[in-house]
This record gives sequence, C-alpha cells and structure tokens, in this order.
Amino acid sequence: MDGRTKIRQMIQENIANKKNTTDKIMPRFFFLMAFVSVATTFGIIATLVTDAYKFFSVVPLSEVFSTRLAPLNANPSFGILPLITGTVMTTLIAMMVAVPVGLTAAIFLSQFASDKMRKILKPIMEVLAGIPTIVYGFFAYSFVTPMLMRIIPSLGAKNALSPGIVMGIMIIPLVASLSEDAMNSVPEIMREGALGLGSTKLEVTFKVVIPAAISGIMASIVLAVSRAIGETMIVTIASGSSKAFTLDITQSMQTMTAYIVEFTSGDAASGTTGYYSLYAVGLLLFVFTMGINLIAQHISKKYREEY
Amino acid sequence: MTNAISNNDDIVYDVRNLNLWYGDDQALKNINLEIEKNKVTAIIGPSGCGKSTFIKTMNRMIENIPIVRTTGEILYHGQNIFDKSVRVEELRTKVGMVFQKPNPFPKSIFENVVYGPRIHGIKDKALLMEIAETSLKSAALWDEVKDRLSDNAYGLSGGQQQRLCIARCLAVQPDVILMDEPTSALDPIATFKIEELIDSLKRDYTISIVTHSMQQAARISDKTAFFLMGELIEFDRTSVVFANPADKRTEDYITGRFG
Amino acid sequence: MSQETNYIRKDSRMMMKDINQKLPDFKVNSARIARRVKLNNFLRHIFSLSTLFAIMVLAILLYRIGADSIGWLNTGFLTRNLSIFPEKAGIYGAIIGSVLLMLIVIPITTVLGVSTAIYLEEYATKGKIQDFIKINISNLASVPSVIFGLLGLAVFGRMLNLGSSILAGGLTMSLLVLPIVVVASQEAIRAVPGFLREASYAMGADRWTTVRKIVLPVALPGILTGSILAMSRAIGETAPLVVLGIPTLILKIPSSIMDDFTALPIQIYYWTLDTVLTPEYANLAAATIVVLLAVLFILNSVAIIIRNKFQKRF
Repeated sequence: MDGRTKIRQMIQENIANKKNTTDKIMPRFFFLMAFVSVATTFGIIATLVTDAYKFFSVVPLSEVFSTRLAPLNANPSFGILPLITGTVMTTLIAMMVAVPVGLTAAIFLSQFASDKMRKILKPIMEVLAGIPTIVYGFFAYSFVTPMLMRIIPSLGAKNALSPGIVMGIMIIPLVASLSEDAMNSVPEIMREGALGLGSTKLEVTFKVVIPAAISGIMASIVLAVSRAIGETMIVTIASGSSKAFTLDITQSMQTMTAYIVEFTSGDAASGTTGYYSLYAVGLLLFVFTMGINLIAQHISKKYREEY
Repeated sequence: MTNAISNNDDIVYDVRNLNLWYGDDQALKNINLEIEKNKVTAIIGPSGCGKSTFIKTMNRMIENIPIVRTTGEILYHGQNIFDKSVRVEELRTKVGMVFQKPNPFPKSIFENVVYGPRIHGIKDKALLMEIAETSLKSAALWDEVKDRLSDNAYGLSGGQQQRLCIARCLAVQPDVILMDEPTSALDPIATFKIEELIDSLKRDYTISIVTHSMQQAARISDKTAFFLMGELIEFDRTSVVFANPADKRTEDYITGRFG
Repeated sequence: MSQETNYIRKDSRMMMKDINQKLPDFKVNSARIARRVKLNNFLRHIFSLSTLFAIMVLAILLYRIGADSIGWLNTGFLTRNLSIFPEKAGIYGAIIGSVLLMLIVIPITTVLGVSTAIYLEEYATKGKIQDFIKINISNLASVPSVIFGLLGLAVFGRMLNLGSSILAGGLTMSLLVLPIVVVASQEAIRAVPGFLREASYAMGADRWTTVRKIVLPVALPGILTGSILAMSRAIGETAPLVVLGIPTLILKIPSSIMDDFTALPIQIYYWTLDTVLTPEYANLAAATIVVLLAVLFILNSVAIIIRNKFQKRF
C-alpha cells in the first residue's frame, strides 16, 4: 500500500511539474517543415515568372510566335513554335502507343486475367514504370532508331518517331494502372448483374464497366499526356536539337524540355536573353502541365462523386 | 428521474447539468449524478442511449472528436474538469480507462504495463519492475506472464490482453477506473475472470462501468444508472433498480420489453 | 374458404394466361451465343497481347543492354576513374558522386517528408491550410523534373551560389522526390489504428509523446519504404542535374559536399550522346545502365522485403 502511494506521488509530482514545451514546439516545427512544399511551389513560380518576364520584356510577342528559333545566331530569333510542334508531335506519337496498349492491358488485367496471372503481370508492369528515363533514352537511340531505320530508309538518325514510340512504351504502365484502378472501382454488383443475365465478359466490359469507369480512364489519359509533355531525356537524346519548324516525324525535332536541357549544358551565360528564354519556355511548360493536371483532377473528381 | 444521494460516502464525481452535442445532435441531456468512492457504478441502457459518450466525457476523451460541444460541469473531487486550468493529461493519470476491444500496444508485455509510468517521468529500472509486478498482480495476470514479460503482448489471448490493459491502467495508480463495455469482446470464462477482478479492485479504486449486459450490471455493481436517448432516467442502488425500479421505462428495459 | 380459393385460382390462372400471351416467343438462339463467346475469347487474346507486348519490350530492352555491356562490365570498370578514352574509362567517380548525392538527399527529404506527413495527419485541423498543403504536394508531384532543375539553378546554383556542387544537386533532388516520401509516410501514419492512439491518450500522454512512442514506431516500415522509393527515383534522375550544370567528365573524385561531382545517370547521358562518333561509348553506357539497374533492383527488393516482413496487420 505504501509503495503504491509513493508511486502515485511521484507520478503526480512529475506531471504537475511538467512544462508543456515539447507539445507546443513540435506542431510548429512540423508546420514549418510542411510549409517547405508550399515554399517550393512559390519558388518555382517566382523563378519562372521573374526570369520569363525578363525575356518577354526584350523579345516581342511577334517573334515569340514565329517559327524561327535560332538562339545562338548572330542575329538571334526566339520563335517558340518549333518547340511546340516538337513537343506536340512526340506526345501524339507517344499517346498513339500508350493509350491503346495501356487500355487493352488494363482491360485484360482487370476483367479477364486470373489472380495468378495478375500477380505475375502487375509487378512486371511496375518494373517498366520504374526504369529511369535515361535508360529509355539509350534504348531509343541505340536500338529503336537503328531498327526503324531499316524499315523507313529516310529516317534521320535523330528523329521524332523513335523517342515518341519509346515514350509511349514508358507511359503504358501509367495508363494501364490508372485505368485498371478506375475499372476495379466499378462496383462488383454491376458486373455481376450483367453476367447473371448471360453476358460475356467482353460485353460486360464494354457495355457496363468502361462506361462506368470512363472518367477515371479519361483522367489517366490526360495524366499520361502531361507526363509525355514533361519528359526530357528520351527526346533530348533521340530527337536531337534541330530547331527547324517541321511536322516531319522522320527528322529531328526539339521539344520544349530538350531546349532547356541543351541550353544549360552548353554555355548559358547568366543575363543573356538566351538564358532568360529557358525560363520563358519553362514557364510555358509549367503552365501546360499544371493546366492539364487540373483538368485531370477535375475529371477524376467527377468520377469519384458518382458512387 | 430519481437520484438517491448516499450520505457519508465520499463523492468522487459530481455531474451537474451536463449537456453534450455532436455538432447539432444532442447526445446527452441534462445529466445529473454522483459517483461514489470505492463503489462500482454501472451504466446501462439500449444502443445509442449515450452511455459510452457519457463515460468518455468523464476523462475528456470525447474531446478527441472535433465537433463535440458541452455545457454544464463535471466536478472531480470538487474541481470542474472543464476548467481551463485543468490539464487533461493530469486528469487522465487520475482517471484511467479500459476500452471495449483490448488495445495493448505492439510492444512487450512489460513495456505495455510501464508505458504510463515511463511517459510520466519514472526512469528507475528497479522501480519500473516493481510497478509492473504490482500492477500485473492486481490485474490477476502476473502468474500467467511472469516468465515471459518480454514477449509481445499480441501473443496473449483476448482475456489476457484485456487484463493487461487493466494492469497498464493500474500502473499509474489512478483514483478512478472507467470501463467501456470491457467484456463484450471476450468469451464467458474471460468475462468471469474480469468480473472477479473488478470485484477485488473496488476496494482500492472507484469503478464506473458501461455495460450492455444487465446481468453483468446486476452481478457486479453497487449502483446502476439507466440511460435512455441521452437522458438519465434512473440512478439508484443496483438492488433497487433491478428489483423495484421507480420509472416505468426502467422497468420496461430491465424486463426486456425493448433494447 | 373454398370459394375464395376458387376465385384466387381463377385469377392467377387468368394472369398466367396473360403473361404467357404477352411475352413474345423467346427461343434461345444458341448460334448467336456461340458467336458472342467466340468474339469474347478472340478479343481476350488480343487484350492479353498488349500486356505481353509490354513485357516483351521490357525483355528486349534488358537483353540489348545486357548484350551491349558484356565484356565491358568488370571490376576494373567499377574502380577506374572517368576518362575520355573508352578503354581506360571507369565509373568510380560517378559511383562516388551518386553515393554522396544520396547521402544528402535521403536525410533532407526524409525529415521534410515525414514531418509534413506528421503535420498533415496528426496536428492539422481539417480546413483550408491542410487542403492547401495537400494540393501543393500533389502539384509538386506532377511538375516535370526539368523545372526542378530550373528552380535549382536559379535558387541553389546562382542565388545561394552553390554552383554545381553536390549540395546544390542534393537540395534540388530532395525537393523533387519530396512528394513520394510525404505520400508514403501519410499512408503509413494513417494505417496506424485509432485504438492505439486512444490507449495512449487515455493514459495521459500528450500528442507528441503519442506520435513519438506509438504512431511512428508502428508506421516505420511504411516510412522506410517511402524513403527507399524516393531514393530509387533520385538515383536515376538526369534532367535536373543537367540543367544545374553538372559536368559529364570530372577527373577528381569529390570529397566534400561543396565539390563538383558527376553521377551515374549523367555518365549514361554523356556516353549515349556521343555513340556515333565513338561506338565504344555505347558499351560504356550499357555497362553503366546495368550498374544503375542493379542498384535499383536491390533497393526495390529491400523495400518489398521491409513491406512484407515488418508491416503489421491489425
């Protein structure tokens, strides 16, 4: 009995004397750490806007929207259209690979494959997704391009087709896994209802599951576009740095991302218009990807509400 | 509502005009009662009557839910626990709680028992060992675990885990032990052991137990409070409430007409 | 009674007649069903081909890279220093560079990421601030890595004058992979059951004690997995380093965080660009890729082992 009251006293004393310092400091510390992410976003926007502003205050908009891009020329021109076509063409090619393959793979994995198959196939898809883009860049330049050159003799050593295809391959897991998630969230009851009436799995997929999951699927495609637009190394290595304004995918094209990389790995002396053009292109890239991601979020919000 | 106040006994808790809202829903309506020292007070009533809410208010655990709002006072040894000057951590070292589903930490049996003393500043290993032994003995668990104190608590059976939780609660030497349906997840034998334990604990502690089993209330409690739809309908000695209830609603519940 | 039954029987008989009359002749057309099932099975195979296509590409990729690296990947390659001459070149400097880079990225991003997750899950009240931070994290996750490079160049490289040092690269990378750690840690913390926290609070513990002694230990495997995933991403990222101006050839092994350095992905980039002029560079690049992929394989295996062995199920 005595030992007990002694312990009780000790605890009550300790807790009475306890200063609540750590309990007050820790939340503030964690908040500060959490704020770093906000600061980063602001940092990105601030950096891009201030240096892009320096660009736009020197270069007239008429030049910006021209098709002549020659930043290092004695008579420089900073037309951005070649970069935009470069980005658009490579992205289009990538989508033409990633969307059909990714969607059908998702259909197979979520509607047709057995559990055993899924257990083996899904990890392999994830491996594809985990390969660094520089490796894909090497693959595009040293394997896919030579192989394509045998089929298309007029294909340039640097072209838009090869990185476009490889980017598409890289994005397949993204489309597949997001679409699969969307299809898996369709309530089992809906599927069973259709199956119970004698539909084949194919019919259930196309008449019940896909229509129900359509916003999730669309969101995944939109996100894939965003990923392709932001991709850098594959296009830098395999598509080269030609600044000609062209839609010919068998020839070299430069994307917005490749432009930024090329300029900084060369001599981008601080303070030159060339240096600021990087940030202008960067700002454009940022606005594009942010915009597309907002669209994707909006679409997937619509799909979440329906259940 | 009848409320028999005993004379000469110490009043540990004096609840005065307690009202509680979850947002806009009122869960407790004008509760007035007193908890007496060294007695087992049972709180019974049908599902949703507010008994769990009430007991969680006694150690202010209910405040973990953000939309909760209260009016009224709960005096613990004369001091209103809702007072700004009251530190809720301090209150909880004096008023312990045992939950419906046993919830030991994923640590060793020893670490579980001494968690309370440790976080409140006791570091001496010999003292901690003494505390562990005393608490486990008081919880009627010592003999079963004394050779495996460093084993993980999850290896124990449900009934043993609940007794471990009681030991953990006892280790900080509280004044009051609140129990929220402590045996509803246990088998009959484990339940029996815990009821025996409660009977022996009431010598040194004040116990308040929420139970959905009237038979349990009748077996182990000295006083019983009957809650219905957030109101305290009747509160009296157990023998009175079960044999001769004053309110018809109490009688209906006891005889099984509803709930 | 019997009269009533007669009426009922009469009525139901009449109803049955009606029903039988109203339904058109519905004979099951087995030929049609067979066609539908055939289409189902045919397309099923087409769909499975897509998955197989992806796997086949992976196999080809790995095979080609492996084939290109044969003969070039040996211990000498790993221990020799960088050189313009392919026969003399090794990636020792790049390995050291990557390791030092990770030694900066891991602590910074783990502390930042776990703290953010703790704030969001344990301390923040539901409201605008919490939503704002969450939106920020998910926005950061979708910003292209080049742009992090631009940020790093402007803020760490120029403004803080860290140039193209390991510190500049490390800080930039930490921000890039931060969302990965935050999301993984959030999930791990959220998975800690509420009843454990309740037990701790009921004993008079304050919030930080509960987080420190109960929540974080239980969430640790998930948090570790998140850090490893972040590291996997950071090791292979090239674009931010190129934008920062990390050189592709250095002759001195870096020894402090302010030194210039090079990293494995940069080496791959450098050698790949010049394979036309120096075909052996393709082999060097392939060999480096094998090293990089091996490291990633080990990292991810460790993550999977941690997840399977230590993740408690409640």
